[in-house]
Amino acid sequence: MSASTALQVSSHGVVELKIPGRAEWVAVARLAVAAVASRLRFSVDEIEDIKLALAEACTNAIQSAGGQDAGVIEIVCDAREDELRVTVRDAGAGIHLEPVRPGGLAEGRTEELGVFLIRALMDSVDYTSDPRGTELVMIKRVSA
Amino acid sequence: MDIKVNVRESEGDAYVVDLTGEIDVYTSPKVKDAITELIDQEHYNLVINLEKVRYIDSTGLGVLIGGLKRVREHGGSVNLVCTNPQIKKIFDITGLVKIFGIFDDEQSAMKALV
Repeated sequence: MSASTALQVSSHGVVELKIPGRAEWVAVARLAVAAVASRLRFSVDEIEDIKLALAEACTNAIQSAGGQDAGVIEIVCDAREDELRVTVRDAGAGIHLEPVRPGGLAEGRTEELGVFLIRALMDSVDYTSDPRGTELVMIKRVSA
Repeated sequence: MDIKVNVRESEGDAYVVDLTGEIDVYTSPKVKDAITELIDQEHYNLVINLEKVRYIDSTGLGVLIGGLKRVREHGGSVNLVCTNPQIKKIFDITGLVKIFGIFDDEQSAMKALV
């Protein structure tokens, strides 16, 4: 796998990014999604929310690979007039969106904190997983 | 992107950990190492200064919670200094404001240590 990233911008407001599934690359994904979000009418706080949710999704993919190389993480940012739809795909077992169990947050279970944050910061979160990998779709709507 | 960690002795047995930068899945091990080293040296009253932290994710929160759990086993405490509204919001929505003492300045955080 190459350690390089590939950023492609289409005329339809879709930005696709592939990053190596390693911890040091999560910041690149975070900055990219913030740049896309800044083209919509999001507030600074909302952009920070999106950055964190995307980072948590990437972190979860890496952690589900045991903190090792998670292969390639694909991120698609679909910028629409009134919402940003962010899709994160990886080849692993990926994120688990089961409800956080009572006490989980206070015990500092990082993966549960990450899932909790994604759910709290985004307006809609959907998740599918099959033997080929995992796909997480998160939507943040522009406030009226 | 990086995190800078500075550890200094303060009043009594307390130590201050000054953090500068971003705490995420890549940088949080460095923060964990600093806190672990202090606890291994039997320093159980800590102030962690997040004033110059621009970003924290769940791995960073996990490191702080892990440190708090360890010092509490020895009757110690971890207080945080945090003025960044975005970071305070993360502590708010995760409910971690209930388990950490969070203060606007180092002096107040130090005074509140048990």
